[in-house]
Amino acid sequence: MKQTRLRLLIALPFVFVALIIGLAVWYVAGHDVPVLQPRGEIGASEQRLMILALLMSTIVVIPVFVMTVVISWRYRQGNPKRKQYRPDWDSSKLYETIWWGIPILIIGVLCVVTWVSSHQLDPYRKLNPEAPQQKIQVVALDWKWLFIYPDKHIASVNELVIPTNQTISFDITSDTVMNSFWIPALGSQIYAMPGMSTALHLNATEPGTYYGSPANISGSGFASMTFKVRAVSPNEYDAWVLGTQNASRNLTMAAYDALAKPSKNNKVEYFAPVQDGLYDDIVMKYMLPADQPQSQSSDTSTKTDDNMNMNMDMHTPMEMDMTR
Amino acid sequence: MIANWLLGRLNWDALPSEMITIGGAIMMVLSLLAIVAAITYFKRWKWLWREWITTTNHKRIGIMYIVVAVVMLLRGLADVLMLRAQQATSVGASNGIITSDTFQQVFSAHGTIMIFFVAMGLMFGIINLVLPQQLGARDVAFPFLNSVSFWLFAAGMVLINTSLVIGEFSAAGWLAYPPLSEAKFSPGVGVDYWIWSLQIAGIGSLMSGINFTTTILKLRTKGMNMMKMPLFAWSVFGSMVLVAFAFPILTATLSMLYLDRAFGMHFFTADGGGNAMMYVNLIWAWGHPEVYILVLPAFGMFSEIVSTFSRKRLFGYTSMVWAIWAIVFLSFTVWLHHFFTMGAGANVNAFFGIMTMLIAIPTGVKIFNWLFTMYKGRIWFTSPMIWFLGFVYLFTIGGVTGVLLAVPGIDFQVHNSLFLVAHFHNMIISGVVFGFFAGLTYWFPKIFGFSLHEGLGKLAAWLWIIGFMLAFWPLYILGFMGATRRLDHYDASLGWQPLFIVAGIGALVICAGVGVQLLQLGYSIWKRKELKDTTGDPWDARTLEWATTSPPPEYNFAVLPEVTSRDAFWEAKQHKTSLTSDKLEPVLVPKNSAAGPIISLGVFVAAFGFVWHIWWLVILMTLFAVAAVMWRTLSDDESERLIPVGELKELERLSKKEQAS
Amino acid sequence: MSSTTETIMHMNERAGREKTLFGFWLYIMTDCVLFASLFATYAVLHKSTYGGPDAAELFSPSFVLTETLLLLTSSFICGLAMLAVHQRRKTMAMALFFVTFLLGAAFLGMEFSEFSHLVSEGNSWARSGFLSGFFTLVGTHGLHISVGLLWIAAMLVKLAKRGFTEANVRRLTMLSLFWHFLDVVWIFIFTIVYMMGVM
Repeated sequence: MKQTRLRLLIALPFVFVALIIGLAVWYVAGHDVPVLQPRGEIGASEQRLMILALLMSTIVVIPVFVMTVVISWRYRQGNPKRKQYRPDWDSSKLYETIWWGIPILIIGVLCVVTWVSSHQLDPYRKLNPEAPQQKIQVVALDWKWLFIYPDKHIASVNELVIPTNQTISFDITSDTVMNSFWIPALGSQIYAMPGMSTALHLNATEPGTYYGSPANISGSGFASMTFKVRAVSPNEYDAWVLGTQNASRNLTMAAYDALAKPSKNNKVEYFAPVQDGLYDDIVMKYMLPADQPQSQSSDTSTKTDDNMNMNMDMHTPMEMDMTR
Repeated sequence: MIANWLLGRLNWDALPSEMITIGGAIMMVLSLLAIVAAITYFKRWKWLWREWITTTNHKRIGIMYIVVAVVMLLRGLADVLMLRAQQATSVGASNGIITSDTFQQVFSAHGTIMIFFVAMGLMFGIINLVLPQQLGARDVAFPFLNSVSFWLFAAGMVLINTSLVIGEFSAAGWLAYPPLSEAKFSPGVGVDYWIWSLQIAGIGSLMSGINFTTTILKLRTKGMNMMKMPLFAWSVFGSMVLVAFAFPILTATLSMLYLDRAFGMHFFTADGGGNAMMYVNLIWAWGHPEVYILVLPAFGMFSEIVSTFSRKRLFGYTSMVWAIWAIVFLSFTVWLHHFFTMGAGANVNAFFGIMTMLIAIPTGVKIFNWLFTMYKGRIWFTSPMIWFLGFVYLFTIGGVTGVLLAVPGIDFQVHNSLFLVAHFHNMIISGVVFGFFAGLTYWFPKIFGFSLHEGLGKLAAWLWIIGFMLAFWPLYILGFMGATRRLDHYDASLGWQPLFIVAGIGALVICAGVGVQLLQLGYSIWKRKELKDTTGDPWDARTLEWATTSPPPEYNFAVLPEVTSRDAFWEAKQHKTSLTSDKLEPVLVPKNSAAGPIISLGVFVAAFGFVWHIWWLVILMTLFAVAAVMWRTLSDDESERLIPVGELKELERLSKKEQAS
Repeated sequence: MSSTTETIMHMNERAGREKTLFGFWLYIMTDCVLFASLFATYAVLHKSTYGGPDAAELFSPSFVLTETLLLLTSSFICGLAMLAVHQRRKTMAMALFFVTFLLGAAFLGMEFSEFSHLVSEGNSWARSGFLSGFFTLVGTHGLHISVGLLWIAAMLVKLAKRGFTEANVRRLTMLSLFWHFLDVVWIFIFTIVYMMGVM
């Protein structure tokens, strides 16, 4: 009688866990879970990678879970079927080789996966170098996002419109504190940092409206800094560009300065035309004091690249320094 | 002008203005007054000063660490309830219960307090209580330094709580990334409170690191060579080596951030030639080892517990030692995985991803060794074993999510999301916290002379385990849904709210677990006569701390034991032999010293001056602290007291009698 | 009985010396990590002049060489003082430690004048990332030197009062270790900040 009660008691947590897992699956199936239901090439690769790594881990995890229950049950004190008791047995070359060996093998395979996938999914890598790309410059502000389409001379706030099945090449910076630019449905995120320009390449394979996230805390208006991503067919996209180009407000440096002032819960706004080289000026203004002569915007583009390279170089040697 | 000079940035606006903070502040001040009144009423000031405040005895200091950590745990939990309530209610049109600014202060305080003042406090507390006895030593290597360490830790704790009443706390997250934490974006005193409470507590931790490393290397008893040390001592050794290497980086980084903020320097500013990426590198060069600083001692505790309650030698001792050192080494080579998304090249990211995954190997080996310690044993399922089983299951799940996060390609999709939040709570709660609770339950009879009530202990463990699953598994899903950390408000259409509500219920279940633990403590004190440990060895354990009485005398061992093997105490019990000779010799014990608390008081007030830019106070109190150090240096020739054989005999007789009654 | 007590006290003092020296070495190691962090920071920031002057424009090799010689000499004298300690020559040891103190104070004075010169020319720590790194790295070394001077002063008092007790000899050993350590750190500052800066 006591046996059955003990068995029940031990079964209880497992029933509970199964229940929780069931509920979780049910919930996920009924909701939009962008990381698991990606709408872009990069996101899809990342989802597959996640499942692969998860399956490989289970090779070790499942035996651990089973062994824990079985060993706890069989070798419990007062087990009526008396099991072997070897209090002085404390090592076995064979067993220890197995559990150093198998994790090493699995992690070894995962290391190869990591190396290859890190290069494939490098945010700086162009997805398809030959195909046409839409360049979009992203600026994180207090507390809104500015998207500049340099070749279309338009800009928008808190709404990102992109054509489907076309690589979008993002240049990302911040004109305030650090932030992180993340569209869960499409894939990778990357930091937006003042005085620096980072890059990200994504595409959308399905039209739709997606959630855009400010993934790094940026001050009191942080939570309202979300943006909407609309992936539309190329035709619709062209129409949207044309429509926006007729927007009456132009984005000069002065208009930009007004826009950059801290504000919360911003509405979607459109600008056209956008002053040439605005993005480069935003990055460059952190490089020299205001009273020193700023270089002309026409020749800053090369300079910005230099600066960016310098910044990237700058943190690499330090990493090396600190590994010493 | 004069007020400016006299008070710096301090003025009436520093008092709290929001309802919820006023409530918190009033409650804190009232409970402080109540404690003071109680001590005065019971005329305990002298006792407090002589027996506790000025003590340099490692057991007393250990208990004080634990008391501070438990009080801070309650504060950290109160913060959690606010966070969970806000995130469960602040949806769509509703703005929840607190403003976004308060919310940001609360989560910053929660992270800081839980890591620095709860986890670190419990860790140093248990190490202090157990390590010297386990090595067969009479105290730590530097008892006075130990007192300074504790009082600096306490000063940091008081400072972080002062921010609740005077001024505000940091709203920049628990690691305060610049430029957000720079003066331009966080002009208030919040970040300065954060800097200085960590700086003070951190220097205390650094001293403890030096202290315990020396203790382990120089104070082991006769016959205990390194490979005969208990595994807990090994894990503390690994952890303290990490402290010695990692905490100076924290000290330097915090100083630079303060110099930026107070004196307009340009280390991490966006303009002026500063480099914020450097801060992120530096803080994680400390921050990642910090995680292992906490978890290694927990591993060590589990090693002792599993071996004791399986009544079997620890399986794969040598492997375990190598695993510890593999973790120690690797923990310094992985910090970049905290910011794969900063745009470093693919080669750099891949390298750090691979190094991170390597850590899974020694950790996995440890799990297998524990399981095989149980295999062919006689397992006694006490509450520490329940914590252990919870740890094996939950920590392994956390390990899997850790492997996922280690792959840069996956990290790009879950970085800064609630998936990450769930992962590190998974490691810290089921690894560190479960380990420390198991350790506390296990060593409680040794420290206080009576055991904790087992039934309530098991109930608490189950509540923690279930509460943990409810509180954090929804967060994994929320991460997949695109929810990021630190959001004080979100749109209803995202479908996040039900999961946040479940997580809130989980937090309540964990709080119930803590409630049961407090009940367990109270009940056990009430029933202490029945729960008394009359043998000094209630668990039939294996290591030297159980060879002395419970609680041990001031000097731990009247005659230091001599060991010839790893489980010498266990073997001596099996063969009915003794580890000690009967020949008593005079014993030296450290004298009390008021210098520790006095130095820390100076440091605390100076730090308060730093926070509010009250420069005369900073100079005055720095001089005061330096003078206290000098006073101690010039007078510490008689820092130890000799207990002659006659007195020793009497003390031994009394403590044996006390134990047996 | 009293002889046993004495043996115990004696053994304890020897054990005490061993663990204290070991602990002090550990402390020096942690200080190395602290300086390593500051050096790494300086290395990252040394070109971030933000339009301001760089190392080559600011530093004069001859001035720094004088500073270096002062500190090296003080370290040498400190070594001589330790020899006198081991020979238990009290007056000699005290005199030599006093000279060490004077040389250290002179070094600190020169550093202070260099700093105030830089600030008066408008090149303070707030001017650029490079100067922040410079002032903090060199200033932290200077702070350590000040602590060392305070320590020497305290030890002179102790030596005068109690002479060569076991504890005092142990403290003097640690003091000289500390002083030589600061010398080594300065050699790195001299090379990396000043020499590589002006070249």
